[in-house]
Amino acid sequence: MLKAWHRLAHENELLYLFLNNRVAQLAALIALLTVGGAALSPVLSPTDPYDIASIDIMDSLVPPVWSDGSDERFVIGTDDQGRDLLSAILYGTRLSLFVGFLSITFASVLGVSVGLMAGYFGGRFDAFVMRIADVQLSLPAILTALLIDGIARGILPREQHDSLMIVVLTFAIGLSLWVNFARTARASTFVERNKEYVQACEIMGMHPVRIMLVHILPNIMGPILVILTVDLAVAVLLEATLSFLGVGVPPNQPSLGTLIRIGTEYMFSGEWWIVIFPSAMLITMIVSINVLGDFLRDAFNPRLR
Amino acid sequence: MTSLLNIVDLWVKFPTRFGEFTALNHVNLDVSAGEIHGLVGESGAGKSTVGAAIMGLLQSPGYVSDGEISFMGNNLTALSDDAYHKLRGQRISMIFQDPQTSLNPLLTVANQLMETIRQHADISHNDARKRAVELLEVTGLQDVENRMDEYPHQFSGGMRQRAVIALALCTNPELIIADEPTTALDVSVQKQILELIRNLCTERNIGIILITHDIGVINEITDRVTVLRSGRVIETGDTATVLGKPEDDYTRALMAAVPRLDKRLHRFKNIVSDDEFSAEDTSWRIDDASADYASEWLLEQSALQQSKTSNHKSESQLLEVPQISGTSRAPGASLSDGEPKNIEPKNSKPKNSKPRQAILSVSELAVTFYSGQPSWFGKKEGFKALSDISFDMQPGTVLGVVGESGSGKSTLAKAIVGLVDPSAGNMTFRSETLPPGSARTRSHPVRRQIQMVFQDPYSSLNNRKTVESIISEPIEFYGLATNKQEIRKLVASVLDLVEMPQRAMLKYPHQFSGGQRQRIAVARALVARPEFLICDEPTSALDVSIQAQMLNLLKDLQEAFGLSILFISHNLAVIRQMADNVVVLRNGRLIEAAETEQFFSSPADPYSQMLLRETPSLRFLQSPI
Repeated sequence: MLKAWHRLAHENELLYLFLNNRVAQLAALIALLTVGGAALSPVLSPTDPYDIASIDIMDSLVPPVWSDGSDERFVIGTDDQGRDLLSAILYGTRLSLFVGFLSITFASVLGVSVGLMAGYFGGRFDAFVMRIADVQLSLPAILTALLIDGIARGILPREQHDSLMIVVLTFAIGLSLWVNFARTARASTFVERNKEYVQACEIMGMHPVRIMLVHILPNIMGPILVILTVDLAVAVLLEATLSFLGVGVPPNQPSLGTLIRIGTEYMFSGEWWIVIFPSAMLITMIVSINVLGDFLRDAFNPRLR
Repeated sequence: MTSLLNIVDLWVKFPTRFGEFTALNHVNLDVSAGEIHGLVGESGAGKSTVGAAIMGLLQSPGYVSDGEISFMGNNLTALSDDAYHKLRGQRISMIFQDPQTSLNPLLTVANQLMETIRQHADISHNDARKRAVELLEVTGLQDVENRMDEYPHQFSGGMRQRAVIALALCTNPELIIADEPTTALDVSVQKQILELIRNLCTERNIGIILITHDIGVINEITDRVTVLRSGRVIETGDTATVLGKPEDDYTRALMAAVPRLDKRLHRFKNIVSDDEFSAEDTSWRIDDASADYASEWLLEQSALQQSKTSNHKSESQLLEVPQISGTSRAPGASLSDGEPKNIEPKNSKPKNSKPRQAILSVSELAVTFYSGQPSWFGKKEGFKALSDISFDMQPGTVLGVVGESGSGKSTLAKAIVGLVDPSAGNMTFRSETLPPGSARTRSHPVRRQIQMVFQDPYSSLNNRKTVESIISEPIEFYGLATNKQEIRKLVASVLDLVEMPQRAMLKYPHQFSGGQRQRIAVARALVARPEFLICDEPTSALDVSIQAQMLNLLKDLQEAFGLSILFISHNLAVIRQMADNVVVLRNGRLIEAAETEQFFSSPADPYSQMLLRETPSLRFLQSPI
């Protein structure tokens, strides 16, 4: 077992580089802790912030335990409605990551399939799709997301808003991020498409869909994996921004962005902890994911080593 | 002659995470002024490392661990970086392999020369320009004054290499290291560049180290030669002695592997086998899987097909050499080489059997490429990659297609397999019309009957799949076998047939060398049970000894299965060894079509004669092989 591990660590390029990169290891550890903490939030958090019945308005704005007037039950204090901040952050991170993962999956599936087809078939389809991508790229992602969000709010009946908000959010973030995937997938497909193994498949008369999915896709996964990591951070950030602006998740299910928005209102009246702790959580998470993304990019690109 | 460069007991090591790799092991080398010293060896032999060590440009983390490089009495290994920088370019210059990348595409040729000249000598702009003109004239560039202000992309490959040589001469160096200077060039240009190097060497009394893998080039111009293998000097001495009477087994084997232009050998003999497999690899076997099993499986089908298509022929009958007839008909009479090319009229009878149906017949084929999007206004204009190609190919024969780069060889192959659409002309395969690629249905039978082996074994196999799934894909795709067990057994057997250990099926392509990968590519083509194989430069990316193994393998397979092969190569000697008939292409036109022996003894067309003359001959290779 140990011997097999040693051999793997020696032969697998990615694993080898990872084991020799302290920064990447640290980032992976932090990312793992945040993701783990978020996933296990129902178990880990002391209270359930979604449960209105358990919240007491009398507990509002309690400072962290090391300050005067603190309460043993709330380790890092409470927010304006008396929710335990630690629980809110854990649940909020879970929500943020959930939306992030969901939207990035949506964006990558859409972007990669469009990019694959554009790179493989070329011609008019390629020109058409890539011009759309160019137009979208000229708008900031947040604008695209706001636009879609606004349209969805206009179309959907008011009573379904809260239940469908997460779906809308995912859709909005996903649609604003697919371009990156499409462009990367298209460029890599272009390179692979002209390689002889693809020609061999074409000579056999293999169906283009099979060529794309079975033969080309595994060969372009490297760069896509990099974008996947980097854009996951972007998606989480986008969700936080939308929630901060008040168009994101419903207020009774606070995400990190919502918590930060609430916090800013109290920042100058002395209740600093409401904004600082969620922000710290968000920054730590984004930085660790980005560092991992950078590590992957370097690992897949030998010229940068 | 005094010794210009003297390398004594040089060791170069590269530390890697798998331990230290010894790139050069106890290398001695001695170069005098006015001498061309050849360094020859296969890839990985350490030829380029010697050059890099002399220049002090060893790629990090490589280092000289021991030994001495003395250049005109100075020990180079003890030089400081600053002193080395002065020496480099000033007294030792280098000519690189690819003139495309060794010139800066954003600067004019004149600017690059002048920059180098002024870097090393404190002279005015005008003087530097004069000097640049002189140098370019020395290298034999035509119309220097006008052309030197052009950019590298406006130069042809040969002209670029002349500019690179001029660049190397800028500072009157005493030693020039030429690393594969002619590998990227066509034979006709190669000859001129080699002559130029020879002249420079004698006229200016420069010592030249010529690094190459091509024994023909070594034979052509070097005075002395050193044979390297895996970082060790195998043999060194006068070129005539080393090549004419090689002492070492490796040198002998290397010479034997070089395809000969002057006669056709049935097989290459005594070739080095450096594809060594571990015991673990060779002992791993699948039950009942063997080369015999594979050939039975392949033959069973081809026998079936033979009886289906024509009157049944025995295998031995398939092996006889049928005739080819080729025609090149240009519209109108304005064809420069007007004489008819019919070697054998199309319906003349082969000597001792009834006329056979051509397996592939191409008539007046033309392919035109349109650059970019076709213009919406006016007539479409395009580049004619092929025009008026007509030839017939008899079943069971090998047709060699020769031509320089850009002659349309690969386009011809692509048109036949359906990767590009012909703009005119017909193709018939087994007396049925072969539809152009875009009209060829996905389930068309020729998709299986015609298979292709590509040039670059590094890109022709999908790196993300195991060898097993690469080879089994055609079997499953064409439905040649359905039982998983059976497929596995077939894959193992076919690997055996192409002389690979069966355990290779568990690995990924990147774990194999170029030659081994090419064998896998052949195996993939074979399992489709093709009747017609197109080999597009299948050996040009391989070392000579591997090339010899590969050619042997292809010959064996061709004989065993009566395959018809369209064999594309730029190398006349390889064609001579492989082909029964030859067609010569030039700028997309068919220049000559002939039977191989006849072509090599008396080529009809002036262009063919030129090609034959320019191919480096192996005059020292007199020893009977």
